[in-house]
Amino acid sequence: MNIDSIRNGIVLDHIKPGKAMEIYRFLGLDALDCSVAIIQKAPSKKQGRKDIIKIDSEMDLDLNILGFIDPEITVNIIKDGELVEKKHLTLPEQIRDVLKCKNPRCITSVEQELPHIFVLTDRKKAVYRCLYCETKAE
Amino acid sequence: MRSLIDIQELSVQEIDELIAVANDIIAHPEDYREKCRYKKLATLFFEPSTRTRLSFEAAMYELGGQVLGFSEAQSSSAAKGESVSDTVRVVSGYADIIAMRHPKEGAPLVASRAASVPVINAGDGGHLHPTQTLTDLLTISREKGRLNNLTIGVCGDLKFGRTVHSLIAAMARYEGVKFALISPAELKLPSYIKKEILQQKGIEYVQTTDLSAVMPDLDILYMTRVQRERFFNEEDYLRLKNSYILTPEKLANAKADLSILHPLPRVNEISTAIDSDPRACYFKQALYGKYIRMALILKLLEVA
Repeated sequence: MNIDSIRNGIVLDHIKPGKAMEIYRFLGLDALDCSVAIIQKAPSKKQGRKDIIKIDSEMDLDLNILGFIDPEITVNIIKDGELVEKKHLTLPEQIRDVLKCKNPRCITSVEQELPHIFVLTDRKKAVYRCLYCETKAE
Repeated sequence: MRSLIDIQELSVQEIDELIAVANDIIAHPEDYREKCRYKKLATLFFEPSTRTRLSFEAAMYELGGQVLGFSEAQSSSAAKGESVSDTVRVVSGYADIIAMRHPKEGAPLVASRAASVPVINAGDGGHLHPTQTLTDLLTISREKGRLNNLTIGVCGDLKFGRTVHSLIAAMARYEGVKFALISPAELKLPSYIKKEILQQKGIEYVQTTDLSAVMPDLDILYMTRVQRERFFNEEDYLRLKNSYILTPEKLANAKADLSILHPLPRVNEISTAIDSDPRACYFKQALYGKYIRMALILKLLEVA
């Protein structure tokens, strides 16, 4: 299966198979005025199967959020048809306003304007806890 | 400018320094009577806690300072819907230091990020209560002369009891400390505390439902109350509230120098017959709470 290569833009590679649509929605790629290709369950030497997203435009990506969703994703920056940069993601130390704390006793449950901040407390097990009440993120 | 929200923010060395200052206050109270002259403590208690509030107020008065504040949310601007951040921004202009009690977990942290004066967490829901833990550490240190090489029994509600969780986390930093976790099956210590603190640090512990089986080994027995407000259902509370009642008979095989602690208030979990036993330390413990709060106020206000 062939998808046209892009001139200037971003390729998100090594997405867990089946996760591309979730990332597409999360990054709001539907709002872009350019071609976006989603390739699902492509063969991968590294992980058997993978999803890929190709974005035919330069854009600012929130690598923190992307790293939180899937730290295995590789971000390839393409300029003039050439790969100019390959970024490997890691789990961010802190995420802001991505998750909501579900603890009804947390201060964020009554003070609506507080930012919902989660802090990485165990990198190995990818555990995030609410900054305020330390409840584990689900 | 520094606040105290979580006991873990203090290093072992800082805790030792606070204990040393508290001991010096006990030995030479007259040296401290003017230390906080012209300073004000605001006690912002969004839920009632008479004991903790009075302890903070007494601490500030004994340092020569003044106190202002409220003792329940109804008498504060929170009843009108003001946010914690706005309240402490305003109070920062009226006081030099704030002690805050709040039913919502994390509220004192929010306060410390908005205030321009130090904030002390005086208890946030079932979450943290660092000055209670400092009180417990001062009591253990004074009774035993050390904080290491001790066998500590914690008894009662180990599931919801935040004082127990903080005490275990704080004592786990000292060498040679062992724990006996004594509770009914329904109120056992949460497994994440066992995994993240006890097992990770290789700390020896036994978990049992039988207090008398571990009693002879204990240097400290920390009793806790089974709290009605932590239960969603009255039936469970009534069934478990009498699980562990300490009576003189149960102390028969205890060490002669055992120290019995309790964060108070007690309901019936320690028989009043034990109050006259020299091993009962809980009223002394409440008194020490005032001294350690004095030491903490001095530290956070950077008063030499």
